[in-house]
Amino acid sequence: MTQELNYLKESPSQTAGPYVHIGLAPGAAGFDIYRQELGWDIAGPNAKGERIRVEGIVIDGTGSPIKDVLLEAWQANSEGIYAHPEHPGEVEDGFRGWGRVITDFATGEWGFDTVKPGPVMGRNGRMMAPHINLWVVARGINVGLNTRIYFEDEVEANAADPVMNIIEWERRRATLIAKRTERDGQIVYRFDVKMQGEDETVFFDI
Amino acid sequence: MSTKGEFYQRDRLWHPPAYAKDYKTSVTRSPQYALISLQNSASEITGPTFGHRDIDPIDNDLISNYAQAGESPIGERIIVHGRVLDENGRPVPNTLVEIWQANAGGRYRHKKDTYLAPIDPNFGGCGRTLTDENGYYYFRTVKPGAYPWRNWVNDWRPAHIHVSVFGSGFAQRLITQMYFEGDPLVATCPIVNTIPDKAAINQLIAALDRNATIPLDTMAYKFDIVLRGRRSTLFENRLEGN
Ligand SMILES: [Fe+2]
Repeated sequence: MTQELNYLKESPSQTAGPYVHIGLAPGAAGFDIYRQELGWDIAGPNAKGERIRVEGIVIDGTGSPIKDVLLEAWQANSEGIYAHPEHPGEVEDGFRGWGRVITDFATGEWGFDTVKPGPVMGRNGRMMAPHINLWVVARGINVGLNTRIYFEDEVEANAADPVMNIIEWERRRATLIAKRTERDGQIVYRFDVKMQGEDETVFFDI
Repeated sequence: MSTKGEFYQRDRLWHPPAYAKDYKTSVTRSPQYALISLQNSASEITGPTFGHRDIDPIDNDLISNYAQAGESPIGERIIVHGRVLDENGRPVPNTLVEIWQANAGGRYRHKKDTYLAPIDPNFGGCGRTLTDENGYYYFRTVKPGAYPWRNWVNDWRPAHIHVSVFGSGFAQRLITQMYFEGDPLVATCPIVNTIPDKAAINQLIAALDRNATIPLDTMAYKFDIVLRGRRSTLFENRLEGN
């Protein structure tokens, strides 16, 4: 016998279920209850950098859109600083870096407006390419899925990114790169998430 | 002098697997490739922070936060309370806890819920609060009812409250469900049983807490939530810089 380590165990995850909106986006469930819902404004009015929109759809193993997904985004500002006390540096007043969106019940499309993040210092002094961390929950997803949105126009930074380079299969890296387009003068990045099948999105155990 | 480092690796054998065949919806919504394991960087160690400007004091009282003046929802009045801790047993202070649930008849206030049990005009079904400096939180609500769902033809969810918690880093983000002591539906629920380990399931069953009951008024259940713990980096911190 040995001494007991006495660590607690993390509470096991359970699916967010089909009615996740009631708790995290009640307006979408069909009622008004809070003074303000959280996660609607990621960057705030004072954020520097390029204003962008990120859009996509989450597709299941049959090729159908998943229409009851909730996604959360976590990102640095345009200078690569996270709005968090442990991250050195200051962010603009009103910049939170966190957002929450749901998919449209009819189409499965989601989208949010933000600013493009800057490169962030990674482990061992290796710079990470600009990216948005994404967390995906839904009915049928037992543990929330983590992935990252990278940007098509950051070719050099993406090639040097330490996380991209952990992915052994170069072909799979492409699933993390959002396509840049322009619509009515606005920059729109397209990022579709595929749960299964050919070009299944890379998900991380963080 | 130690600094805070990475979060402990998530024990994937304690959590449900992505693919759990008896919970049918998971079949086409489960990644088939292995997850790519990442050592934590600033992107995972940091996460959103919340304060009292974000929420209102009434938000944790589901008995009054949607009720018309002078009225209250139907059902057993309960307090749900406990602490948010990390795997080191330390409290997680000032963290956002959000809950949602069906009403006492098992019906959700959601435009996609068509169960024939009635909507309660005095019950919204969601609440949120911040833990205090000791990691403590509490809600007042009514006990949710069981409800049927389409999986096998005769499946009923045990009474449950959905719980969302943040912690201090994005790697701690967690959604789970709280069940109630003594509910016979827990044992046969395909969603509960996505969790392979009986001891892990027990961690989600709140105990009736007579010490926190308000006599002649409200029963109480105690539900502690554990988030991932964090390493102390004793010698060298290589999360960033050199
Ligand atoms: Fe539920």
